[in-house]
Amino acid sequence: MSTNLLALLPEIILTITGVLVMVLEPVIAPGKSRKPLGWLAILGTAASIAATCYQKHVLNTSGVFTAFYSTVQIDAFSVFFHLLIACVVLVTLLASLDYFASPITHAGEYFALVLFGATGMMFMTCSVELLMVFIGLEISSISTYILAGFRKGQATASESSLKYFLLGSFATAFFLYGIALCFGATGSTSIGAIASGLNTTATPTLAILAVAMVLIGLGFKVSAAPFHVWTPDVYQGAPSPVVALMSTAPKAAAFAVLLRFLFNGTPQLRGHWILMVEILAILSMTIGNLGALLQKDVKRLLAYSSIAHAGYLLVAFTGVHKDAVSGALFYTAAYAAMNVGALLVITQISGFDEKLRSIDDFTGVALKRPYLAALLGFFLLSLIGIPFTGGFFGKFYAFSGAIHNGYVGLAIFGLANSGVACYYYLRLLAALYSRPLGDSSAAVLPARTLSVPAAVAVTAAALATLALGVAPNSVLHLVQHSAPETLPAYVVVPAAATVPVATTTAP
Amino acid sequence: MVPIAYYLVLAAILFCIGIAAFLIKRNVITIFMSIELMLNAVNLTFVAFAHMWHQVSGQIFVFFVMVVAAAEAAVGLAIIIALFRTRQTLNVDSVNLMKN
Repeated sequence: MSTNLLALLPEIILTITGVLVMVLEPVIAPGKSRKPLGWLAILGTAASIAATCYQKHVLNTSGVFTAFYSTVQIDAFSVFFHLLIACVVLVTLLASLDYFASPITHAGEYFALVLFGATGMMFMTCSVELLMVFIGLEISSISTYILAGFRKGQATASESSLKYFLLGSFATAFFLYGIALCFGATGSTSIGAIASGLNTTATPTLAILAVAMVLIGLGFKVSAAPFHVWTPDVYQGAPSPVVALMSTAPKAAAFAVLLRFLFNGTPQLRGHWILMVEILAILSMTIGNLGALLQKDVKRLLAYSSIAHAGYLLVAFTGVHKDAVSGALFYTAAYAAMNVGALLVITQISGFDEKLRSIDDFTGVALKRPYLAALLGFFLLSLIGIPFTGGFFGKFYAFSGAIHNGYVGLAIFGLANSGVACYYYLRLLAALYSRPLGDSSAAVLPARTLSVPAAVAVTAAALATLALGVAPNSVLHLVQHSAPETLPAYVVVPAAATVPVATTTAP
Repeated sequence: MVPIAYYLVLAAILFCIGIAAFLIKRNVITIFMSIELMLNAVNLTFVAFAHMWHQVSGQIFVFFVMVVAAAEAAVGLAIIIALFRTRQTLNVDSVNLMKN
């Protein structure tokens, strides 16, 4: 198999499946269930996971390889993120198979858009050329803009979609301006060539400005404060399974780009960007946790919680190179497992109409849906960071990495914030197991049984969270293995070879 | 021969006008136009730098930005139509169903 084909095999599989879903959608008679299309999408995602495993096998035998004129690089780092994103998409698809059981005419679009979005996210994580990163970012963003407004009849859905679209495009403009300034400072848009170009740049100030712009652009995408304003509204208005997907997978992809860009592309400017990252981390943790304290709506609460978690993840960036990357990777995996799990359980509890919204509505859910309530409780404990959950080790590695590099104050600030966060998670947890007040909440719950695919999905997310908390070593070994591979990008790829079309003279 | 710096300053001013319009304007279509203005400021920067470095890669970037901006406009206008159907208004101040 040619290197080019092998490098993009997971993305190619996802794209073909997505196109197939769209082509087959009109074939199914209107009014009939779109579930077969969902199964096709699940099959495609599973095939893409298999392709990623094959990439890992090739990686182990013949080492890191690049494709398409060194614009795509397959290393342990990209394989890690491919697996993470594909697994998140897989559990989301499994859990949302029955979500669209009610007569919805355009359910096929949901499956196709999820697949296209996943393609874009995977693209972002394996590209080492900022042009490709930009295209991947846009593929994933445009898909999620549409997904956010999927219940098109509802006023809140179109509002959520509009806010996501406007602020997302605004962020993209900043990201692009950052790339343009980077190109101006170094003469290249390839991450490897940027690193070597920075050594000889005549305009270091421009490069610092470029890094700041890229940080603003990606800060919007990972919803780090002060670029978080869209998050609560969008999460509240979007369908729950879409929130489960877009609060984890695109964020993981954006963090992957940020790690590659900061640690591989601009290591010389570390002193400058670490300050910016620190400010973002402090603001995100504070605003996220204080904002969550005031929320009554469960999805808004989780939105603020995701802002806070972006802050904890940014703390990991302050570590020494290898610690920082492995800490951030571990946190991304733990956060993805527990957050996707929590939101998928909420999907199962509140259903398509989402009658259950506020924390009061969730009072006494444990009486009617004991298994789901127990899982949600477990995910909430993991989000707090209780030992024996993935959240604990995620925070542990992030903060210990920061402490090892001398950022003790930042780590203590993060720990204090986790203490504050206990309050709102425990408030929801307590509500789940309280006696329902009158006939309000638990009475509205439909007497649905949990479907098998959904049960498999939420159980898998819970097992992953548990595994990360009980046996973190297996994953830690994987992420530590991925960390150093990201380093030599600017050593391995010679600057001259990265931009083959670059040497034309001006008229 | 106009110096490169002129183009860069012009682009920076256009970008700032885009940001200001994004924050000040209340009509959704105008806000969307201000984003397009920011993207075009970026394009101008790319072309200027491409000329400075004698590299076509910057100009190629511009083509991709234009293509992606067109795709984004298609989706964005569809979202705006969906909003108008449910709300009968394009003023962002009245798009506030979700508050704490």
